[in-house]
Amino acid sequence: MLERPITRHGAVSALLPLVVEDLVFEAGGRRLIDGIDLTLEAGRRSVILGPNGSGKSLFLRLIHGLIPPTSGRIAWNGRPPGREVRLSQAMVFQQPVLLRRSVAANIDYALAAHGFDKAARRARTEQMLIEAGLEHLARQPARRLSGGEQQRLALARALAVEPDVLLLDEPTSSLDPHATLRIEMLIARAAQEGVRIVLVTHDIGQARRFADEVVFLHRGRIAEHAPAEVFFDEPGSEAARSFLAGELVL
Amino acid sequence: MQDFGAAFWLAGELLVSGDETLAEIVVLSLKINAGAVALASAIGMPLGAILAVARFPGRQALVVLVNSLMGLPPVVVGLVVYLMLSNAGPLGVLQLLYTPTAMIVAQTVLVTPIVAALTRQVIEDMDAEYSEQLDSLAVGRLARIGTLLYDARASLVTAVLAGFGRSVAEVGAVIIVGGNINHVTRVMTTAIALETSKGNLALALALGFVLLTIAIVVNGAVGGLRLAMVRDAHA
Ligand SMILES: Nc1ncnc2c1ncn2[C@@H]1O[C@H](COP(=O)(O)OP(=O)(O)OP(=O)(O)O)[C@@H](O)[C@H]1O
Ligand SMILES: [Mg+2]
Repeated sequence: MLERPITRHGAVSALLPLVVEDLVFEAGGRRLIDGIDLTLEAGRRSVILGPNGSGKSLFLRLIHGLIPPTSGRIAWNGRPPGREVRLSQAMVFQQPVLLRRSVAANIDYALAAHGFDKAARRARTEQMLIEAGLEHLARQPARRLSGGEQQRLALARALAVEPDVLLLDEPTSSLDPHATLRIEMLIARAAQEGVRIVLVTHDIGQARRFADEVVFLHRGRIAEHAPAEVFFDEPGSEAARSFLAGELVL
Repeated sequence: MQDFGAAFWLAGELLVSGDETLAEIVVLSLKINAGAVALASAIGMPLGAILAVARFPGRQALVVLVNSLMGLPPVVVGLVVYLMLSNAGPLGVLQLLYTPTAMIVAQTVLVTPIVAALTRQVIEDMDAEYSEQLDSLAVGRLARIGTLLYDARASLVTAVLAGFGRSVAEVGAVIIVGGNINHVTRVMTTAIALETSKGNLALALALGFVLLTIAIVVNGAVGGLRLAMVRDAHA
């Protein structure tokens, strides 16, 4: 491992806990995030579960500071999610945004943005390409990759900058089982190395494999926030029960 | 007045023999237009990108203004640049009137809005796609503009081409500020206008042919380049 970001660009290192208070986000006359209170502590792996349109992606973008809330407070260890905080985080979007450059250049770009010097960038890019199984595609234009390869590149790029916090929005949604496993191993290893992971997923199996705790979102609210064993064995909310039972949750 | 057939014949001869007058005019034209397009790109691309990315009061009005400046009448640009550079004008001391530099200035004024307006459109679309990813990577403002310009390179080629097409075919502005002086400021379009009015159709036709060829070659080259970039998914 290279050094943590703190020495590289002086960014804040201890980002946890994340405290969210009465978070509201409205758009188009709809209350899409409807009063969320949540505390995420250090040292756990959190999974955000919920049906389509429940506000999972919005919530991730809000806590990452990409969109301003209508009201409420977000604090990463007391700091609002601005540029400084983001320098210690990385996010993988539901639809990966890859630059119109080569696969390797996409990783290099993120490293440069995070202040890695040239030698470190080269070594780190190569390492990440190998870990993501993309080294044979290094010189390819990133936009020509398959959907699954694009997701792997997006994750490799996010992990490359050695974030303290990694926000993942359905990072395996278009991967085959083998590739999913491979990605999960990458994420699990990052978690072991101390990266605080917040994973949004639809995949209940993935949530079971991965979660220490589950946040279940339903219609912009937290229907349930519980340790994984509790959530999966005896979910407290009706919405979560039907979701886990594979019923239609609307 | 030569008859038509003879004019075509003579024009062909001029082209094949590499006539010196013809070559001189073509080379000067290319220099002036390349200079103007380079300058206009250096100004217009960052300007367009800033307009695309920045949010400030009056931005929308500025966008409309730049868009409408695309249709600036060349003779008016020529006139204004003439007034600025003439002895009585604010820049008269520079003694630039009737020099190639004056022509580059006029062409730059004409082309910059084209490059800026097209760049603005391209960059705005790309920013809509990239914005959150670049925010997530904590990319600063200046670096963001650089990134967007670089990643839009395939589309920006088209903007530059449009600018070149406009300036190389333009006659009104360059004839006013350049004066169409033989061996000094005579370019293809002004020479065609002059030779036609003098009845010297051979030279006019030969120049017209060169102009047409340049337009086609430049368009073809840029189109091919763009196609290659699209194929490599850089567009
Ligand atoms: N900028 C916006 N303006 C208006 N509505 C929005 C905006 N962004 C999101 N929405 C709406 O908010 C709701 C929640 O969106 P979000 O993307 O967070 O859902 P999600 O839980 O991530 O769903 P999925 O599982 O399908 O990814 C959706 O109904 C969506 O249409
Ligand atoms: Mg989503």
